[in-house]
Amino acid sequence: MEEAAPALERLLQPAPLEPLGHPDAGLEAAVGEEAEGAQDEEGPGDRTMTENFWVKKIEISVSEAEKRTGRNAMNMQEYTAYLVETRSVEHNDGPSVLTDSLWRRYSEFELLRNYLLVYYPHIVVPPLPEKRAEFIWHKLSADNMDPDFVERRRIGLENFLLRVASHPILCRDRIFYLFLTQEGNWKEIVNETGFQLKADSRLKALNATFRVKNPDKRFTELKHYSDELQSVISHLLRVRARVADRLYGVYKVHGNYGRVFSEWSAIEKEMGDGLQSAGHHMDVYASSIDDILEDEEHYADQLKEYLFYAEALRAVCRKHELMQYDLEMAAQDLASKKQQCEELSTGTVRTFSLKGMTTKLFGQETPEQREARIKVLEEQISEGEQQLKSKNLEGREFVKNAWADIERFKEQKNRDLKEALISYAVMQISMCKKGIQVWTNAKECFSKM
Amino acid sequence: AQVVGEKDLILPNGGTPAGTSSPASSSSLLNRLQLDDDIDGETRDLFVTVDDPKKHVCTMETYITYRITTKSTRVEFDLPEYSVRRRYQDFDWLRNKLEESQPTHLIPPLPEKFVVKGVVDRFSEEFVETRRKALDKFLKRITDHPVLSFNEHFNVFLTAKDLNAYKKQGMALLTRVGESVKHVAGGYKLRSRPLEFAAIGEYLDTFALKLGTIDRIAQRIIKEEIEYLVELREYGPVYSTWSALEGELAEPLEGVSACIGNCSTALEELTDDMTEDFLPVLREYILYSDSMKSVLKKRDQVQAEYEAKLEAVALRKEDRPKVPADVEKCQDRMECFNADLKADMERWQNNKRQDFRQLLMGMADKNIQYYEKCLMAWESIIPLLQEKQEAK
Repeated sequence: MEEAAPALERLLQPAPLEPLGHPDAGLEAAVGEEAEGAQDEEGPGDRTMTENFWVKKIEISVSEAEKRTGRNAMNMQEYTAYLVETRSVEHNDGPSVLTDSLWRRYSEFELLRNYLLVYYPHIVVPPLPEKRAEFIWHKLSADNMDPDFVERRRIGLENFLLRVASHPILCRDRIFYLFLTQEGNWKEIVNETGFQLKADSRLKALNATFRVKNPDKRFTELKHYSDELQSVISHLLRVRARVADRLYGVYKVHGNYGRVFSEWSAIEKEMGDGLQSAGHHMDVYASSIDDILEDEEHYADQLKEYLFYAEALRAVCRKHELMQYDLEMAAQDLASKKQQCEELSTGTVRTFSLKGMTTKLFGQETPEQREARIKVLEEQISEGEQQLKSKNLEGREFVKNAWADIERFKEQKNRDLKEALISYAVMQISMCKKGIQVWTNAKECFSKM
Repeated sequence: AQVVGEKDLILPNGGTPAGTSSPASSSSLLNRLQLDDDIDGETRDLFVTVDDPKKHVCTMETYITYRITTKSTRVEFDLPEYSVRRRYQDFDWLRNKLEESQPTHLIPPLPEKFVVKGVVDRFSEEFVETRRKALDKFLKRITDHPVLSFNEHFNVFLTAKDLNAYKKQGMALLTRVGESVKHVAGGYKLRSRPLEFAAIGEYLDTFALKLGTIDRIAQRIIKEEIEYLVELREYGPVYSTWSALEGELAEPLEGVSACIGNCSTALEELTDDMTEDFLPVLREYILYSDSMKSVLKKRDQVQAEYEAKLEAVALRKEDRPKVPADVEKCQDRMECFNADLKADMERWQNNKRQDFRQLLMGMADKNIQYYEKCLMAWESIIPLLQEKQEAK
């Protein structure tokens, strides 16, 4: 197999600007027409548009959530629908005009994402907010219909769309565009692309993981990283939920002081006022925890996004393994055919073949038969060489494009997580300041006792 | 300057000298009741401190002694300064003696005698320190009391080289009042408490109840804080683990981990302080109000005896207008008891107000300090988080 790869390392074409597994070509122009204010500002050729095309030109929001009862074949099922609004902005500071507004449910977001995963396997596809509430602490409801959960999901879905819209490659996808603009029939259009058929089978992917011999080391390391990242963020979220639980308890128990100080102050003369007013501050302290922990949920959501992003990262690595495995199998197959061919022409038998065996057992084949077989093999070899060449090219393209997106993702991740940590620190500072305030007030009340 | 308090002169106390208390004017009372040494030291002529705990290991037992240092200009003390060593047993003996010899007064409480072995380490630094503070408070309260501070047992406790020898002579020093109060025990039933003492009784009941609730709340808070601490101690290190995976984020994450570690330490200090300083004082006051209620009951006994005897005389229907001597003595006893108790209650109320003011301000202070430590930790990490990092 070592001979196969170097031999074909000849023509390396530059990577096309189009992603692999590409949607309809002609639609780029259609998108250009339909989106208001579209301008080809730069680039060689009409296919190239500016990066962040959508983000500059349009605003996307998931502005509302509504409970619905579905007309299911089986039963009446409750679900939540989300209002997706798209606004077009003429100039950077100009007013926005509502261009599209439609309702989508979570399953449609899932469909969109699954489509993107299949058609852009080299892209780290932004994740959806969690399907069911996890890492909850006792106050949060595990119910999908709970308003707090729905609200956080709404924000998560909006975030997802914004991520896709700001991705230089994903933003240009037609199906994504239609998701934002065409309510009815959208599901049918997606299914018509046949993307489900194009999806790699799980079994095949698993097989590849274990059997690939020479994956790109960078991807192996990256896969390892994404595994570790998933593990550490999960752990972090679990402990954070427990920390929140305990902190809630500490604050709430202080509320009891309010009541007992009030009762005690009733039997006191000089001490009474001080006790009473201090008790009030204890009540304030106890109730302050609700807002504090609600804010912290946003931090948890930011971490969760990257927990799920790690899975997307892993998917890209797995795709590489699969392609590499495919390549290795093809090369192996080619090598084996070449050897067979050689043996047939020289007459030496080194490899086992059924034909060879039967020949031995039942008599030699005629020279004509042998010639015929050699010819077939030579055709197969030629075909195989072509395939291997294109597979190799494909593989290299994939690695190049994937790595470019991974670099983009790394920068995004570092930026976002730093921001998240800063906002977390700011939250803690605010909590400390509130604590100092309340206890200082209480202390003053006690001093007047 | 020492002004004679009129009520105290009448007391037939065997061992205590007369006329040594100051009037119940609020300013001088407050001055004397401040437990800290302050500028107004001139009004104080007796200073007692408990410190320097030491462990003694003997064949029969192991125990702790504390050094008691006394400084005084009072004539009752031969030397200006004394230093003796006492153990808890000795304090317990002193308190019993005071109760016996001064039954009309409120005797301050001692820290709890019995400690469940295995749960609390009797020889741990924290336990010994907590006890030392309580014993110090106990002696200071006696020192501040205008009558108790002149008690002979107290004097011996502070000065004797060999306290055990003195203890053995104990019997001879029982006061007459002590004897007579003992004799009263049981037998007479009080019809009704006078209003002011009933009010005190009710007050003490509610007071003890509220303190009990506060004790439970405080314990619960400490428990919750400790559980919070446990989680924090797991939480911080996870950021460290994550930091090891990252390049540019490594320093920020490590910083957050260290920050949480600092907050954990601050929290541990808070819970330790609350356990060592807050809870014991609370419990002391519950014990205090319990012992006060029993003094109230003794007072009831004395009044009951008087009323019974008075009734007996009235029933005899004699023509003699003179009230027999023993009934008069009963009346005296009752009136003295009432006076002592009222004075002590007032003193106690003031002390209590000071003590709780200090206790609760201290609690608020400790919480403020905790938050200030955490604030400092988080504020110091912001520049680190905002720094542009070199990608590794």
